[in-house]
Amino acid sequence: MRFGILVFPGSNCDADCYHAVTSLGQPARYIWHKETSLKGIDAVIVPGGFSFGDYLRCGAIAKQSPIMQELVRFADAGRPVIGICNGFQILTEAGLLPGALMANRSLQFVCKDVNLRVANTRSPFTQLYRNGEVVRMPVAHHDGNYFADDETLRELDGEGQIVFQYCDTEGHVTEDANPNGSARNIAGVINRSRNVLGMMPHPERMAEPLLGGVDGRRVFEGILSQVRV
Amino acid sequence: MRVRVFVSLKPGVLDPQGKAIHHSLETLGFNEVRDVRVGRLITLDMADADRDQAEARVKDMCEKLLANTVIESYRYEFE
Repeated sequence: MRFGILVFPGSNCDADCYHAVTSLGQPARYIWHKETSLKGIDAVIVPGGFSFGDYLRCGAIAKQSPIMQELVRFADAGRPVIGICNGFQILTEAGLLPGALMANRSLQFVCKDVNLRVANTRSPFTQLYRNGEVVRMPVAHHDGNYFADDETLRELDGEGQIVFQYCDTEGHVTEDANPNGSARNIAGVINRSRNVLGMMPHPERMAEPLLGGVDGRRVFEGILSQVRV
Repeated sequence: MRVRVFVSLKPGVLDPQGKAIHHSLETLGFNEVRDVRVGRLITLDMADADRDQAEARVKDMCEKLLANTVIESYRYEFE
């Protein structure tokens, strides 16, 4: 299965994502944001970084790039798309995921490993985790404070669209475990049809023992088992 | 024709920057300040056109790019 990794000016986790999926034995291709086709691609990763210098709002300029129209078609066709960090911000700006990512409550750039509770395993990305499992992945962002209005939050909750939540080591979703002020400690959400995931933590930075752990690897492996089916 | 677009966080959306500035103002003794909200001012220099048409275009710009209406509201003024 072939992964496509979008590259915008200012993307900086593209090589990490490339490494994460190619070490699973999968072919991957970088796709420059000015390209207009995703032909031959089975799953798309929108990587982290600072696309267009985060000018105006994180992801606001990137969503206007030529490849994005094709990405919306790709996602609407039910194919897997994962946005990580800045990629998550781009997917919300593009309307592929609900809500928005605002400046961290602390106004500080937060860079550390966090505990995440897997809140829903019924998605290609989370199917290889156990429900309620606590996993560890790094976050590195200034704008990861997930916001959505109350109605949207209730809907996300009701539909099982909240898939990762910041938690303590025991899996309790507490205010202390929330690194950025996100509503309901949301670290990752999926769309209604469950083929688009956005998450602030970096699974690709926790995908082999040398990086300190392998908790992130199953996100990518999950996409594989989905597409193979 | 110059247009000033003001973009700010919607009421009820937490504004940590505003809070930090408010706190700093209090430290300086400006205790009469009740709340601070930070926004963005975008100035557009546009080709002269029919006012109604231009207004519709600016609104479109706000909806499509200048503001994220999930969290922000906007208003504009023609100079």
